[in-house]
Amino acid sequence: MELYTVMNPTVTRRRGTRLTRGAGLVIAAGVLACAALASLAIGARSIPPGDVVHALLHGGSTPDDAIVRGLRVPRTLLGIAVGAALGVGGALMQALTRNPLADPGLLGVNAGASTAVVVALALGLAGAASSVWFAFAGAAIASTAVYAIGSAGRGGATPVRLALAGVAITAALTAIIYGVALTDQRLLQRYDFWAVGSLSGRDRTQLEAVAPFIALGIVLALALARGLNALALGDEAARALGARVGRTRIGGAVAVTLLCGAATAAAGPMYFLGLTVPHAARALCGPDQRWVLSYSALLGAALMLVADVIGRVLVRPGELQAGVMMAVIGTPLFIALVRRKRIAAL
Amino acid sequence: MTVRLGNAVSLRVRARPLVAAAGLTGAVLALAVVAIGTGDFPLAPGTVVGALLGAADPGAELIVRELRAPRVACALLVGGALGLSGALFQSLTRNPLGSPDIVGFPQGASVGALIVITILGGSGAVVSAGALAGGAVTALAVYALAFRHGGTSSYRIVLIGIAISFLLLSIVQYLLARARIEDAQEATRWLLGSLNGRTWEDALPLALALAVLAPLAVPAARVLRALELGDDAAHALGVRVERARLALVGLAVALVSVATVAVGPIGFVALTAPQIARRIARTAGLPLVCAALLGAALTLAADVVGQRLSLPAGVLTGAFGGLYLAWLLTWEWRRG
Repeated sequence: MELYTVMNPTVTRRRGTRLTRGAGLVIAAGVLACAALASLAIGARSIPPGDVVHALLHGGSTPDDAIVRGLRVPRTLLGIAVGAALGVGGALMQALTRNPLADPGLLGVNAGASTAVVVALALGLAGAASSVWFAFAGAAIASTAVYAIGSAGRGGATPVRLALAGVAITAALTAIIYGVALTDQRLLQRYDFWAVGSLSGRDRTQLEAVAPFIALGIVLALALARGLNALALGDEAARALGARVGRTRIGGAVAVTLLCGAATAAAGPMYFLGLTVPHAARALCGPDQRWVLSYSALLGAALMLVADVIGRVLVRPGELQAGVMMAVIGTPLFIALVRRKRIAAL
Repeated sequence: MTVRLGNAVSLRVRARPLVAAAGLTGAVLALAVVAIGTGDFPLAPGTVVGALLGAADPGAELIVRELRAPRVACALLVGGALGLSGALFQSLTRNPLGSPDIVGFPQGASVGALIVITILGGSGAVVSAGALAGGAVTALAVYALAFRHGGTSSYRIVLIGIAISFLLLSIVQYLLARARIEDAQEATRWLLGSLNGRTWEDALPLALALAVLAPLAVPAARVLRALELGDDAAHALGVRVERARLALVGLAVALVSVATVAVGPIGFVALTAPQIARRIARTAGLPLVCAALLGAALTLAADVVGQRLSLPAGVLTGAFGGLYLAWLLTWEWRRG
């Protein structure tokens, strides 16, 4: 990556050594571990961390053990999977579109997956295993449409145009969702419950259905990292450097579909997580995608758990869904980015 | 075409906008007759007109006058208000996207109404007040957040409006998910912008409000034409720019508020109607009368189609608006 470093001065300025970045990654993993412990300990019934560790290591049959192992472990694992998926998905979208405001929620990808899931529910294919395939199809169609609409015409895909394309697709898809859901009162209720984007009330089968796809998506994303680094120079420069631009783009689109479709199928539509996390990652480790994607996975998982835990604490004994918390956390960041003098292209 | 009255008065009238307005009026009336005739008990257009004029059998007269006409009147009034409001907003911001839909007004109104319905347990006028407050606060917040270095830019308004809309959408979903089931049904009905079951009691206040607000569009149109020349030119023409702009924003907000409060958010009519009207009338600026007529036609058409599919009008205008926006992005902006 010598040439890349030369051509991209920000890298040299805040490069840091491999060691410091690696240490940062370890710290991020530590933060994630703390968040996971908090997610296991805090809730409508608080359990001391010592008891949590005991329940994890030794099992047992007290009510606390049952809560930790039966309820909170699946929920925490789901949070880690969904958070990592959306973090990496957001980082990928921002790298592929070279748009710092890209987010799977804002660009309509989650709306596409939601629409497909609602259609699946209406057709009676409500099982976790089949709805995830519908979600993939929906996410793929919506992301293709948004990108095609946003990049058509002169000037290519600017942040404003992509965001507007996301709004357009989301509006049309919302109409389809209600067109389907309004035919059946029970379906509408299920949709309202699901559409808020939450980690609660999702069972273990949901996690098992999506985890392999999320793992596959993250591996694919990391494999594309070098190509994405070249893409940051623009398509022509990337080609000149010998990068296979088309292959990177298609691979990236597949990974985004896998990650966002699986996350939405499991937890419902979430906005702003995929926007926020890559910005934090780049601030910590610079623009090298190999590090950005790794940091995004860990930080996304941690942020998802933190949002979920805060939501549980704020309105105890009820809860504020993680999706709502993410929107509350992410919107100020988005607005701060927009208010900066110029939206730096990635 | 120039019209002269003696030597003192001469008016320059462009034929195309007049013809367009006349044609749209005819289309709206025809659509209204079709809409009144459509339903479980279909009526021929002749019967509908007869019943409206009081020359049909009592059964048809009851159906037309008491059941179907108020709904159609509501659709026309709401659509007209939205079209006019959208034209004012878009002229002021000089941006085809400067519509209440983009700055989060409907989403803010939804949150306000939902808070009243699901948390405070209110109904009727209180819901309207909540919606009004929510919409106004949201629009103000978006403009305030987009304001930087003494001005707003359209891309900041658009992006911040989108972000705030998604935040409010999350809050709407949260409020719906935690609501009691009857409240959630009531709320969903309001959120989707339905014209179902409207009576004259709904239509009359709406008509009164518009009777006050719509005539204000006549002086507004004059000021707008001056403002379209740029602030300096408008100032030279004797327009007090800042005051005029504030008054126009007030009028536009009042119009969209009246419409939203009456039937819930009917999305994207304010965005699409003025632009389509401009293309039909082929004017440089946005023709206010044509925009209002087209808004009325779009809303009524959405309601008629929605009745067939048993969907609320707001869902159909949302779909239409999304497709329009996609078309705008792919084809119009291609030309630059």
